[in-house]
Amino acid sequence: MILTLHDYWSARGCLILQPYDMRMGAGTFHTATTLRALGPDPWNAAFVQPCRRPTDGRYGENPNRLQHYYQYQVILKPSPPDLQELYLGSLAAIGVDMQTHDIRFVEDDWESPTLGAWGLGWEVWCDGMEVTQFTYFQQMGGFDCKPVAGELTYGLERLAMYIQNKDSVYDLVFNDAEGNGPVYTYGDVFLENERQMSKWNFEVADTETLFDLFRKAAAECENCLGHGLPIPAYEQAIEASHIFNLLNARGVISVAERQAYIGRVRDLAKGSCAAWMEKNGWAA
Amino acid sequence: MTDFLLELRSEEIPARMQEKARADLASLFAARLEALNLDHEGIESYATPRRLALIVRGVADATTAMTEERKGPRADAPAQAIEGFLRSTGLTRDQLVERDDAKGGKLLFAVIERPGMPAPSVLSNACQHVIHAFPWPKSMRWGEASASTESLRWVRPLQGIVALFGDALVQFEVAGVKSGVTTVGHRFHHPGPITIGSAADYIEKLRACHVIVDGAERRAIIAVGAKMAAGKAGLALIEDEGLLYENAGLTEWPVPLLGRFDADFLSVPPEVIQLTARVNQKYFVCSGADGKLANAFICTANIDALDGGAKIVEGNQKVLAARLSDARFFYETDLKTRLEDLQPKLEKIVFHEKLGTVADKVERVAKLARWLVTENIVTPAKAGGQSQAGQSPETLGPGLRRDDEEVAKLADQAERAARLAKADLVTGMVGEFPELQGLMGGYYAAAQGEDPAVAEAIRDHYKPVGQGDDVPTAPVTVAVSLADKLDTLVGFFLSDERPTGSKDPFALRRATLAVEILTIVSGLRYHLESPIAFGTKRYFDQADQRVRSELKPDSKLEFSGTPWKKLIAVDPDDDPEDPPVEIGGSFFVNYWLRYSANRALVAGVPGLLDFFADRLKVQQREAGVRHDLIDAVFALGGEDDLVRLLARVHALQAFVTTEDGANLLAGYKRAANILKKEGFDGTDAGTGANIYAAEPAESTLIEALNAAEPRAAAAIEAEDFAGAMAALSTLRAPIDAFFDQVTVNDADQTKRAARLALLARMRDAVHRVADFSKIEG
Repeated sequence: MILTLHDYWSARGCLILQPYDMRMGAGTFHTATTLRALGPDPWNAAFVQPCRRPTDGRYGENPNRLQHYYQYQVILKPSPPDLQELYLGSLAAIGVDMQTHDIRFVEDDWESPTLGAWGLGWEVWCDGMEVTQFTYFQQMGGFDCKPVAGELTYGLERLAMYIQNKDSVYDLVFNDAEGNGPVYTYGDVFLENERQMSKWNFEVADTETLFDLFRKAAAECENCLGHGLPIPAYEQAIEASHIFNLLNARGVISVAERQAYIGRVRDLAKGSCAAWMEKNGWAA
Repeated sequence: MTDFLLELRSEEIPARMQEKARADLASLFAARLEALNLDHEGIESYATPRRLALIVRGVADATTAMTEERKGPRADAPAQAIEGFLRSTGLTRDQLVERDDAKGGKLLFAVIERPGMPAPSVLSNACQHVIHAFPWPKSMRWGEASASTESLRWVRPLQGIVALFGDALVQFEVAGVKSGVTTVGHRFHHPGPITIGSAADYIEKLRACHVIVDGAERRAIIAVGAKMAAGKAGLALIEDEGLLYENAGLTEWPVPLLGRFDADFLSVPPEVIQLTARVNQKYFVCSGADGKLANAFICTANIDALDGGAKIVEGNQKVLAARLSDARFFYETDLKTRLEDLQPKLEKIVFHEKLGTVADKVERVAKLARWLVTENIVTPAKAGGQSQAGQSPETLGPGLRRDDEEVAKLADQAERAARLAKADLVTGMVGEFPELQGLMGGYYAAAQGEDPAVAEAIRDHYKPVGQGDDVPTAPVTVAVSLADKLDTLVGFFLSDERPTGSKDPFALRRATLAVEILTIVSGLRYHLESPIAFGTKRYFDQADQRVRSELKPDSKLEFSGTPWKKLIAVDPDDDPEDPPVEIGGSFFVNYWLRYSANRALVAGVPGLLDFFADRLKVQQREAGVRHDLIDAVFALGGEDDLVRLLARVHALQAFVTTEDGANLLAGYKRAANILKKEGFDGTDAGTGANIYAAEPAESTLIEALNAAEPRAAAAIEAEDFAGAMAALSTLRAPIDAFFDQVTVNDADQTKRAARLALLARMRDAVHRVADFSKIEG
């Protein structure tokens, strides 16, 4: 499926990139999305990004909620006029039959408080299940996107459940079904991972260490910004954002503090984006 | 006369915006045509997920030609003035007309012909204007043009425009989109272009391409289809108007389909299932023959699928199963923790920065709820749903026997329910679905074996939410609900967070109304001032405690020169040389300081009683009571027993329409008018009858007053306001006779004063019931 998507988007002018090697909550955090969404230069890229959302963990007991999963990201700047048709073409390419399935574009205004970003678009439903987030970025890091980029985020597991007709993500066949070797399911690969990571995210992770890591990431981000290095600074913002998510899963951040933490991460991300704009000589 | 069609096709318009967009399109277009003077017979507008459409019926072929005349300077005016006039009108001197003016001179006139503008160019202008001015609640930029932030904003990218005047294209271009004659049909049924001939074939051509243009028709299809699908499965559809609109806004070709979920999920509370289905998936749910929620749902597909929808149903069933599995996960996890054990989490949730945490609130509400019972405001007997004119608070007490045991039990239950009422805020389920607050608490309380009355109170203590909501009458619930709202009101008023104008972020108006409705429906008798004073005291007590625990013994904080320890009667240990210490943030400290500075504050919260009065007026007006009658009763002032206040209003309302009422009002008005005219201030009041020989009519009035006054007073005492008014209405005949036969404005100042005083006595007697001067008619 990933290979099909790579072929499809590559043929339509996208660079095929690799995942960013950091823990992040969404493919949008990848520098190929966040930083490249800024400025006037055209940019078309597609890549897979593993995502970690500690609060979505269900100890491996929910058929489609995971604390670690994969997104397929496409970013096209400026957004092409036929982006919806291109997207539907990609669904057809991976085997979704739109004469028997019900594809719907349901309003979903995307907003990332931690990135200081927002856009308008939809969640795309296939028979009632959200399979893609479709967004026209309007702002990133507090800056207007000029021009606007279109972002497609496919939930790979969910699409695979459709195509393989499985009720549970853990029943997905992971390897080539036509090969002669033993069958490996998604569960064989990830179930134990989900169990242990859910326990760690919710119950075990040492909160003092996490608070300390958050402070250090924030400080290091400032340090990088002081040296005019937006990319390393942005990496620290990604780190701080993930640590915040872990603290949130541990339930140690009160409602009042929550806003303050989100504001702190946003400041780091905005600072990094501002430095990136400045480095490239782009006016806000 | 020709019809005009406009279709603005875009990527999917959010369902919730479609109805308003449709109305806006029609009204903006009508306004523009009016401004441009183009006549038409009417406008229809439509919305689907992918298009806004407008049909203007019977458009005139051109705007009306008009002749405009403008008066210029005199014909013999200086050349400069005439040149200026020529410039402003665009005419030459020989085109101007000369006319005689009244003084025998000549005036210049410009006669300007404005020919009619052809309809297509006016329509083109109107389209562009409306598109640029369109008030989307949220709009966006897109594509290459968005390199500038000045590019056109639309709800989602604008894809195409059809503009036809009759069968002729109306040409214009907006943001790179040229108007044309083609559109597209259903995204999957008919993706190719369709040529539209005119407004006449627009709706039917699209229907042939699987697009129902009219939202009302799509809603009808869903309503009927869903009902039939449920009926076929032997179930009844649970109707939901909001879902109808939403699904009609998500489909161009709606197809309702019935699906099932595992009956095991019915162990989760039905409200949760319904909410999950509605909010997350936009599904209708069904009930079975027993009236209970059935394990079925109805989704609305946007396609006539090749397999009849089998795969679509299968897919939706999987999604709902996952959602319900999540809901059950929350429910079962929540059930593992007793509500009282969630207390530590409530300590971490800020209720409001100035009012402390939710745990603080719970503590205050628990005390207030108990107090409402021990003070006999909420009683086992009275809060039974009967509104009755019972005893006034003054006489309540020894005269009424209460079963002490029953009161004690009710007090315990009220406190218990209040202590647990907010715990569900930190459960997983309410975290996921905030609208289930209260309801989940009720389920969890019942599951952990709380008394049913306590569980019910936890469930319903947010009620009533606005006019028309159920009003609880169970005593425990009434006590907790009242206490919760009174505590909120007292707190926000103490911290000067009052509603202003249209801003009421903490819904204080609603809370006030809720207190009033709860009180009225259960006929609770009390002076509002008392629970307000008690509630205020709770804030100050918490402040006192907090200050004692937070301030270090060696702190030098002082207030108005007095060290803090002295203020709370701890051994003073002050050094006047040291400056006061700044302690930041804590709301309690602020309260405590105000409290210490002015303990009299405990007696009341400034402005809160007036606020109650205002809300009650609004509520009564909305309930259909004449506003002048409400004003007449409220003008008396000083009444904070809501039940008695309303009894008076209702008696007055019944009374003024009777003959007695009309009589009394007429007599009163005559008396009041004279008093006003004579500027009588009542200072020299006295009964002159003793010092001069009263005329017969005068004596009769005095006797009538002597008889009516005690009767009215006794009736008022017994809260029989109708009786009081009837007693006073006997004054009408004597008053009339008095005016006919007695000269008030007698030359003898003694008589004059005595007679005015007599009228004043009559007026004052009436004022004990209501201020009749406020009554119209």
